[in-house]
Amino acid sequence: MRYNERELLSLARQPAEKAAEIRMSVPKKGSVLKKRLVKLVVNFLFYFRTDEAEPIGALLLEHCRITKEEENVFSISFIEEPERKYCFECASEEQCQEWVEALKRASYEFLRRSLIFYRNEIQKMTGKDPLEQYGISEEARFQLGAHQQ
Amino acid sequence: MKLNERSLAFYATCDSPADNSGFLYKRGERHTAYHRRWFVLKGNMLFYFEERESREPVGVIVLEGCNVELCDSAEDFAFAIRFGGTKSRTYVLAAESQAAMESWVKSLSRASFDYMRLVVRELEKQLEEMRWGRGSRESPGSWMPKQCPERLPALPAILPKENGCAVWNNALGVGQPPDTSGCGGNDDEGTPQPPPLPPRRRVLNGEAAVESPSTFCQLHERYSREVARLRQDWLEKQRGPRP
Repeated sequence: MRYNERELLSLARQPAEKAAEIRMSVPKKGSVLKKRLVKLVVNFLFYFRTDEAEPIGALLLEHCRITKEEENVFSISFIEEPERKYCFECASEEQCQEWVEALKRASYEFLRRSLIFYRNEIQKMTGKDPLEQYGISEEARFQLGAHQQ
Repeated sequence: MKLNERSLAFYATCDSPADNSGFLYKRGERHTAYHRRWFVLKGNMLFYFEERESREPVGVIVLEGCNVELCDSAEDFAFAIRFGGTKSRTYVLAAESQAAMESWVKSLSRASFDYMRLVVRELEKQLEEMRWGRGSRESPGSWMPKQCPERLPALPAILPKENGCAVWNNALGVGQPPDTSGCGGNDDEGTPQPPPLPPRRRVLNGEAAVESPSTFCQLHERYSREVARLRQDWLEKQRGPRP
């Protein structure tokens, strides 16, 4: 699949929501945990060799499942292939929980559901659509019930 | 750079609703011929397929950080997706009608994750203010809670207001060791410093804070003025020079 690599590389250099050195393994046969710089930027998780400027890879965090595994470990898998797991071994249980929480909220789809929820709550309390003043109340992406999954 | 392409393809073709979809003509990279492709916008990803029934997209354009503009082209209803870098490619697309073009320009220019996050934070803030009775700024005597407001119940986990653990690679230089202690807000150094604004926002807005509602309104105002002006320019160009 073609994609605009230059822009994705540029995104990888942007300030991150979260970044840390974490041991990581990819879902490939014989893959072992290796220390990587892992960086969360918008809905992408980039991972770098710790001394390199360009990421080895990027994961788009949509339709994925974040699972707490054993102590200090969490995994990311995608719903169409739940057995293929990217594993992350953190330095502490606390760091592990923080990453699990952050990654669960990192998708565009999560943001959208939040928006629809807040919009609905505010509308219930005030009788007014909070998006109207911004002129975006008709946007397809903000419609109530449109994106229930 | 590896990308989770299989998952991307699944995201593109699964039955989650698209934010926009339709046929567009896409100008080739080296040759200026236009190819008709089926486009599907989901979130900040613009997928394109050879045909509507194709099982896998030919490609995807990651829209984060892009600008959408109307553009001069021999082709009618053309618009461009532009990125900031010097060597960045510009994607020139053309719709099949005026209405389709306007619909695409609107949905693409609001497709970024950043934009969605801005709107969510704005609504979060409004809701919190309402629940704690601090809704109106003209009533300084309004009731203040005696203790810090607890997490609002029954809301999805509220996103951190600051950028959390921001790694300023483009300011400090790539390769700086990042902060591994997790979210800045949780450390024991006392009041956490709000991180400096991302360079892109500084250039765009020149405003000190993006979080305040007035700035958000200004941002919206600015975008709508820009879109209105572009539309005006386009309409004038369509009328052509008077003989």
